[in-house]
Amino acid sequence: MSGDRRPSGLTRNLNAKIAAVPMILTALVVFVGCSIWSIGYSFTSSNSLPVNEFVGLAQYERLFKTSRWIVSLKNIAIYGVFSIFFSLTMGFLLAALLDQKVRFENVFRTIFLYPFALSFIVTGLVWQWILNPTFGIEHVVRGLGFETFSFAPLSDRNTVIYALLIAGLWQGTGLVMAIMLAGLRGVDEEIWKASRVEGIPAWRVYVSVIIPMMKPVFVTTLVLIGSGIVRLYDLVIAMTNGGPGASSEVPAKYVYDFMFSRGNLGQGLAASTIMLIVVITIMIPWIYIEYGPKKRA
Amino acid sequence: MSVTSVEPSGARPRRLSPSRFMIYAGLFVAAVYYLLPLYVMVVTSLKGMPEIRLGNIFSPPMEITFQPWVTAWDSACTGLYCEGLKVGFWNSMKILIPSVIVSIAIASVNGYALSNWKFKGSEVFFTILIIGSFIPYQVMLYPLVIIMRELGIFGTLTAIIVVHTIFGMPILTLLFRNYFAALPVELFKAARVDGAGFWQIFLQVLAPMSLPIFVVAVILQVTGIWNDFLFGVIFAGTENYPMTVQLNNIVNATQGVKEYNVNMAATILTGAVPLIIYFLSGRYFVRGIAAGAVKG
Repeated sequence: MSGDRRPSGLTRNLNAKIAAVPMILTALVVFVGCSIWSIGYSFTSSNSLPVNEFVGLAQYERLFKTSRWIVSLKNIAIYGVFSIFFSLTMGFLLAALLDQKVRFENVFRTIFLYPFALSFIVTGLVWQWILNPTFGIEHVVRGLGFETFSFAPLSDRNTVIYALLIAGLWQGTGLVMAIMLAGLRGVDEEIWKASRVEGIPAWRVYVSVIIPMMKPVFVTTLVLIGSGIVRLYDLVIAMTNGGPGASSEVPAKYVYDFMFSRGNLGQGLAASTIMLIVVITIMIPWIYIEYGPKKRA
Repeated sequence: MSVTSVEPSGARPRRLSPSRFMIYAGLFVAAVYYLLPLYVMVVTSLKGMPEIRLGNIFSPPMEITFQPWVTAWDSACTGLYCEGLKVGFWNSMKILIPSVIVSIAIASVNGYALSNWKFKGSEVFFTILIIGSFIPYQVMLYPLVIIMRELGIFGTLTAIIVVHTIFGMPILTLLFRNYFAALPVELFKAARVDGAGFWQIFLQVLAPMSLPIFVVAVILQVTGIWNDFLFGVIFAGTENYPMTVQLNNIVNATQGVKEYNVNMAATILTGAVPLIIYFLSGRYFVRGIAAGAVKG
C-alpha cells in the first residue's frame, strides 16, 4: 500500500465500507444471526436458559397441544381477516370519497389520519374506556331508554377480539386511506373524462378500471397491514392484557410471556419460529408480484 | 328553486346534489368515528370522579377541573411509586433524543454510501436489511438480550438506543438511499473533480441540500420511538421505562380505586408529543409514511 494511489481489495472505497459497518452488523448479526439462533434453539429443551440439548420437534408438538397457543392463532386469524377486509374497504372508500374534489379535504384527511400518530398503548386505553362495561357505550345507550341494549365486548370471551379489532381499525385505516388516496391521485384524468363521455357510472369505473389498475397499491398495503397484524402486541397489553381468561391472547404475547416471564424459552422460540414462517408465507406472493414477472417483462 | 343569480361572481359553489350530499354525509360520519375517542379522552380528563360515576362518557363536563392533569403528571401511581407520568416523560426524552440522532446519523451516511459509493456486496447487505425488516421482532428478541448482556449494557439507556438504531435502520436507510440516488449525479461528480472526499461531499454538499428528507426521517423516528412499548419494556431497564410503559402501568394497575379522569389525562399526555408533531407537520408526516409504504 506504500504510496499506491489506487489501493485495491478491502481498503478500496474504505470510507463507504466504514459507513456501512452498522448496516452490515445489523444485517448479519441481528437479522440473519439472531433469527438462525432462535430457529436453532427452538429444537432444544431450553427452559429458563438456552441449553444445547436437541429434542427435535418436541417444542412444536407441545406448542400445538397448548390451548393458549391455539386460542392465540385463532384470534390472530379472526383479527387478521377482518382487519384486512375492513381496512382495505374502509380505507379505499374514504380515499374515494376524498378524491371527489371535496371541500375541506385537508381537514378530513387530518382527522382520518391522526390516530395513526398515536401509539397502540394510547389507542388501547382510550377504547378500553369507551367500551368500559360500567360507564361506556352500553351505559350511555341504556341511559337513552334502551334498557336491554347490550354492548360490552371487553367482558365477553367470545367478542373481546372484535373490541381489539374496532380499536385497531380506528388506529390504522387512516394509513390505508392515505396510501390509497396517493394511488387514486396517480390515476390518469383522461380515464375519468372518457368514462364521463361514455356515460359509465362512477362506481363501475372504480370496480372495473381503477381498482384493477391499483393492484400494486393494494398489494403493498396488504403487506403493510399483514406485517402489522403479525406484530399485534401492544394493543392487547393495553386493552385486555389477554383477558378475560385467555380469550384475547395473541402469538406475539405468547412468545413474550414464555420467554421473559414464564422462563420457558423453548416454547417462546418455537412460537416465534411459527410467526416467522407465517410472515415468510405472506411475503412470498408479494415478492413474486413485485419482483417476479415485472423484471422479465 | 328557480331563482337565478345575477351576481357577476366567478366559480360559485353549486347547490348540493344528492350524490354530493351522500359524499359529505359519508365523510362526516367517518370524521365523527375518528374524532369521538379524542373527544371522550378530553372530556373525561376534565371531569371529577363523582361526575364520571353519575353521568355519561360523551357529555361535556359540568364543572371543569384540571386536577386530573396535575395528578397524572405529578402523583399518579405505578405499583409502589407515586411520582406521576413525568418520570416516564423524561425517560422517553432521554431515550428519544439520542436514539433519533444516532439512528439518523448512521442511516443517512449509510444511505449515501449505498447510493454514491457502492462497493462489492453493498447491495446484498441492503437487500438483507430490507427483507429483515419484515421479520417479527419476537424472533430476534432473545438473542438480542443475550448480546446486550454480553456487552454489559442490558437494561440501560445505551441498550435501548442501540435497539432503536437497529430497527430503524431499514426504513431510514431506504429513505436516504432513494433520496440521494434521485439527486443529480453531476453534483457528486463535480465535487469529486474538485477533490472532495467521502465525508466532505456528504457533509458539505449533499447533507445541506437534503433538509426535507432529514425532516421526514426525524418525524418518522420521533413518532416511532415515542410510541414504542415492546423494546422499552425489555431493553431499557425498570428505571428507564419510557412513557408508554409507565402509562400502561398507571392505567392498568390492579390495586387502588380506578381514577378514570386521571387515566385519560395521562393517556392524552402520552399521546401529545406525536400528536403535536403530526398536526404541525402534516405534509411531511404523510411523506414519511408514504415512504414507509413503498418499500423496495
